[in-house]
Amino acid sequence: MLSVESIETCYGPSQALFGVDLAVEPGQLVALMGRNGMGKTTTIRSIFGLTPPRRGRVLLDGQPIQGRASHRIARLGLGLVPEGRRCFTNLTVRENLLATAQPGHWTLERVERLFPRLAERTHQGARTLSGGEQQMLAIGRALMTNPRLLVLDEATEGLAPVIRQEIWKAIHTLKQDGLSILLVDKTLSELLPVADHCVVLEKGRTAWTGQPDELTDALKDRYLGV
Amino acid sequence: MTSLESHIPSRSPSLGRRPLSRETVIGWGLILVLVAAAVFAHLAGEPFYVNLASRIAIVALAGVGLNLALGFGGMVSFGHAAFFGIGGYVAGIGAFHAFDQSPLFGLSGLPAGSDLMPVLWLSALLVCGLVAYAIGAISLGTSGVYFIMITLAFAQMIYYFAVSWPTYGGEDGLPIYIRNSLPGLDTNNPLVFFTLCMALLGLALFLTQRWMNARFGAALTMARLNETRLATAGVEPRPIRLAAFVISGMITGVAGALFADLNGFVGPSMLSWHRSGEIMVIVILGGVGRLCGPLAGAILFVMMETLLGGLTEYWQLFLGVVLLAVVLFARGGVMGLLAGRERYA
Repeated sequence: MLSVESIETCYGPSQALFGVDLAVEPGQLVALMGRNGMGKTTTIRSIFGLTPPRRGRVLLDGQPIQGRASHRIARLGLGLVPEGRRCFTNLTVRENLLATAQPGHWTLERVERLFPRLAERTHQGARTLSGGEQQMLAIGRALMTNPRLLVLDEATEGLAPVIRQEIWKAIHTLKQDGLSILLVDKTLSELLPVADHCVVLEKGRTAWTGQPDELTDALKDRYLGV
Repeated sequence: MTSLESHIPSRSPSLGRRPLSRETVIGWGLILVLVAAAVFAHLAGEPFYVNLASRIAIVALAGVGLNLALGFGGMVSFGHAAFFGIGGYVAGIGAFHAFDQSPLFGLSGLPAGSDLMPVLWLSALLVCGLVAYAIGAISLGTSGVYFIMITLAFAQMIYYFAVSWPTYGGEDGLPIYIRNSLPGLDTNNPLVFFTLCMALLGLALFLTQRWMNARFGAALTMARLNETRLATAGVEPRPIRLAAFVISGMITGVAGALFADLNGFVGPSMLSWHRSGEIMVIVILGGVGRLCGPLAGAILFVMMETLLGGLTEYWQLFLGVVLLAVVLFARGGVMGLLAGRERYA
């Protein structure tokens, strides 16, 4: 449903992407991998039109979406969970969830069933939540826009182990529900079992794509090892 | 978009938090103090102080309008005197033609003027809404200091337009010989007029609270905090801001119509940039982005103007000192001191 074709993106004069290709089929969970600074976040920013690509195409259901305004791209059915669990900390949990909601499968009740912790804190200010709860809220906020493709940047970075398990469990549930997901995360042990397809970036290019079980230790060492 | 109400069956005033927050109590307290003061002054036979209370309510209403743009929406408008003045001129021009029995703007074919307050208020809402839409549509393409400057520029344009229009007094302004009327009420009675001002202020506060607790308010807060994040959730920030700016201008416009009636006069001074600054000072004194902040600010401002202004014509020096103290040491303004930390920081 989403396909990114050799996009090149620049931050001002400095080029960050030199040709990234990736594709997400309906119901697939695609893992976007690579070391720090290889262009994972820039790829996501390019898809969402936050830093529009200079060259290349971003297609959603065959329609080019590159160069459109971010809110239009999101309206086409893309939901973003940005890096660093960016909630609106001055608003309550419920306001965070409802303000940008779109009608569809995902409702307040369904999100609260997925993350019961959010139901307990529905009237609390988002700034009083723990980091993990804020990440749940960010995922819930994205789900409430009823996306067809959910994009998670650093889904579990910096979270406590117990919370990570809850997030991974939720990601499994979402995948089983048939939601298409593009996921960035550094913990391979949890990422690879849930992924259908892997895309590895190196220096702003797609360096390797394949099934998770084809990702040998040598490849991991070459592209992902520190 | 679906409305919030469909998701949330029952909503208590402050989003289902504690039923009466400290801020709500203080807000009601300020309203009651003002009403009690006006009633007491009326019973004591002191119409001057009743009118002073009306003045506070009107200035607070203008501040409630600006607060929606400045406080909740983060749009620092330095041109709200445009709406205040236009509202005033609507009341003045309506009364002028009603007194004259002449058609509006002296153009045959246009209806005659009206001296009915509801008609004038609605006209002020309509005209200010249109002007705010035009100003907002252009200005919201900019932000920060450019937004301040462009709103100021629009206000100055309207100011000089009023100065150079001799039909309505030009630089000398336009007197309203007979206060505009409301059927069944004696608007010349200071207490009745105060009640009208207070009712409109209460309505504006009620509506602002409703909107800010609804989806619109959450989206407006999001647009202020982080436009990009709101856009990636599929909501375009600009129309939300524009809506807030238009409503803000309309509320300030109604305040202007009341202000002209209170003084029996409307002049270009209602449109001047000093007035924009004054409304802004009231919002900042009271507490930016606090529901009852403008009311607290208006009470403080008008009291200082009256009490210190009676002692020395340099009273604004003291206003400056107080403003400086608020900005440096009490950023929540009076409401911040009284009610503690704000909800929408």
